[in-house]
Amino acid sequence: MLRRSFLLSRYAEGLFWMARYLERVENLARLIDVTQSFESPGRESEAWFALVRINADEEDFLKRGLTPDAASVKHFYMLDRANSTSIPFSLESARHNARTLRPLIATEMWRQLNIFHRDVLAIDASELEGDRLSSLCTRIKEGVQAQSGITAGTFYRDQGHYFYQLGRLIERADQTTRLLDIRYHLLVNGGYEERRLTEITQWGGILRAAAGYHAFRRVARPGFTPEDVVSFLLQDKQFPRSVGCCLDEIDACLTHLRSVHNLRGTAPALERVDELRNALFGQSASDIIIAGLHEFLDALQSDLISLAGEIGSAFFPMVQPPRGAEASSQSQS
Amino acid sequence: MCFQGYCALQHTKFQMDKCAGMSGVNEPFHNYDPGQYFCELTTPRGVPDAAMATIRRRIGEIGLPALRARAAAAEHELINLGITFTVYSDANAIDRILPFDCIPRILTAAEWAILESGVRQRVATLNAFLHDIYHDRRILTDGVLPADLVLGNPNYQPAMERFPVRFGTYVHICGTDIVRDPQGDFLVLEDNARTPSGVSYVVENRHLMARAFPDLMAGMRLRPVDDYGRRLLEAMTEIAPEGVDDPQVVLLSPGIYNSAYFEHVFLAREMGVPLVEGGDLMVEDDRVWMRTTSGRRAVHTIYRRIGDDFLDPTVFRPDSMLGVPGLIGAWRKGNVSLANAVGTGVADDKAVYAYMPRMIRYYLGEDAILSNVETHICREPEGLAFTLANMEKLVVKPVGESGGYGITIGPRASKAEIEAARAALLADPENWISQPMIDLSVAPTLTETGVRPRHLDLRPFAVTGRNTWVLPGGLSRVALKEGSLVVNSSQGGGSKDTWVLADEGSMG
Repeated sequence: MLRRSFLLSRYAEGLFWMARYLERVENLARLIDVTQSFESPGRESEAWFALVRINADEEDFLKRGLTPDAASVKHFYMLDRANSTSIPFSLESARHNARTLRPLIATEMWRQLNIFHRDVLAIDASELEGDRLSSLCTRIKEGVQAQSGITAGTFYRDQGHYFYQLGRLIERADQTTRLLDIRYHLLVNGGYEERRLTEITQWGGILRAAAGYHAFRRVARPGFTPEDVVSFLLQDKQFPRSVGCCLDEIDACLTHLRSVHNLRGTAPALERVDELRNALFGQSASDIIIAGLHEFLDALQSDLISLAGEIGSAFFPMVQPPRGAEASSQSQS
Repeated sequence: MCFQGYCALQHTKFQMDKCAGMSGVNEPFHNYDPGQYFCELTTPRGVPDAAMATIRRRIGEIGLPALRARAAAAEHELINLGITFTVYSDANAIDRILPFDCIPRILTAAEWAILESGVRQRVATLNAFLHDIYHDRRILTDGVLPADLVLGNPNYQPAMERFPVRFGTYVHICGTDIVRDPQGDFLVLEDNARTPSGVSYVVENRHLMARAFPDLMAGMRLRPVDDYGRRLLEAMTEIAPEGVDDPQVVLLSPGIYNSAYFEHVFLAREMGVPLVEGGDLMVEDDRVWMRTTSGRRAVHTIYRRIGDDFLDPTVFRPDSMLGVPGLIGAWRKGNVSLANAVGTGVADDKAVYAYMPRMIRYYLGEDAILSNVETHICREPEGLAFTLANMEKLVVKPVGESGGYGITIGPRASKAEIEAARAALLADPENWISQPMIDLSVAPTLTETGVRPRHLDLRPFAVTGRNTWVLPGGLSRVALKEGSLVVNSSQGGGSKDTWVLADEGSMG
């Protein structure tokens, strides 16, 4: 006879954060990869500093006396273990959570994470140079994707699975808003035609970074506009990295926890999801752009933080925040 | 990496084809000489030992280079799997493995029969002793044991007096440290009746052996070790407070910073119960609950891997962050069971150990199946006189210390060290015991210089609820440094897979 399962609050929190940190690692790799493609001759530093801006790290970055150039930014995000928004810090935090979750997670998840962690800590500065950077980003991305695949294929789907998914989906939605925001921080110079071409290239780059370029091509009009890209990344219901798609999945997870596992504390979080959806679908992409895309994305990020807060206070209020949790409350840029 | 095991197997076949001609430096047992020590593989046992001969031949067929490569791959896999203990320094966490030696230590069925019954006998005695001293203290009034040795012992817990434990079991999990002398006789070095560790390595070493050296294990009929988690859960369920239907068992761990955290994870998983930390538990209405996503949930048995002093800050150390405030109160009300019981430390004390043969006779009316190491109790005049007269031949140990602290090894000590020990001994004879230096047995072990004899011990694990069950074999810890007698992992010790042959002549 099988027992009805339950979940320690501390495990729920650990799973939520483990997934968030892993998702953050993957998205940072995506952001860094696309940033490199935005380098234009003579303006490399601006492209790289945009990365610092969308992560709201300007203050921390400058406080350390770092110069806003390509080398410093790359080092800051890919090698600096003391930087709480870096890839090694996030992976370290994911593994730290995984260690507390070892009684629960599949052995195969832990094994891959261990090997991946060792690999990332061994990244050498020379791998950040030139064409090696892109393949490094791919390797990091694939490390997380391997973990996701193992998790999908091995992790027992009781309550824990849904808390894991919630962390991952909230982080993914947040990261997609940041990816979109990168456009806001890029300055484009030149005549009209030159600007138009550069912009098209940049939007294409963003879509590629989100792994959505081809899907977008299939659904977009031939002469696509920025509105189409914004709509795709925010509102599309089929693209797995769009904010709208993440919200649907978040809703499904919360509803499952509520109906199958009888967790009534999901109510406030479900309400937040409704509010987020209203904000997201209440206006067209062109209205969003006219009113200010950057401000809209800021508000979304803030709402996602509130949503995470509702889940935390309902299901893991009593436990200590996991190490590195402070990195979650990235301030609003 | 993933294909290493497969390649290694292919490699072995290749080696086997050539092995007829192998000799000299690539023959693993080239120049192997255990000297005056009992060798666990090569000293004749006086019974048919086909398994020993087979293993020796198979290791020879693999050859030294392949043995080294496969051993390295096996250890690497331990790191990947995180079968490690973690050393923390500042911001860094360094994962270390307990070094694994690939040459198994083999116990015959007859040897195991002696060890198993000897361990049972000691566990029964420890439990009878604890029940006695926390109730009627007959052993003290009968003068078998000096009263202050028990009542003045820092590990004696007045909270246990007249407190009933189910089945009279105090020591639910016991680890008995056993060595083997040059005659091949087993001797008990100490009993670990508090929170003994190491059992996870017994099971993991077997899994590792099966993955990395299937050709060594092929056809061997061994007693399995996979049953530990089920047996442990069974015992934990048995000892739950009476009247609880389907009791909830948890494992209480100090958390990830504890060096035995991997073992805690292993045991929680093998039992299928939550690994909890102090903060996950709370006491309300004199009951213990754990915090879950759907509110509080009752807990009935706690397999605790934290010491008595840390269990409940309201009763013991107020500074302890590891325990649960109110836990002892809930336990005193009989609403939760603890394994091991509180206050077992008085039974595995070094001075009490010296009396174990007399205690076995007193409680069970039997002679000890496993001998103690001959121990001179310096609180007794003849013991003190003998010790003082033979300082340079004896190992002198303080009774209250553990982990090898304060020990003087006479044959290896300087004159000044011996005189210092003599002064300490004379100042407070009651704090000391002495024992002859034991020439521990050795086992062939893969080293930098080839297969060499290294000293080792054995820690079998006994689980007791209603009855006692002993895991076949136990943890063989091996001192990897030449000549060293120290098997502790913190001091360069490793471990071996320990095989108990299912019956004599054991090839299937």
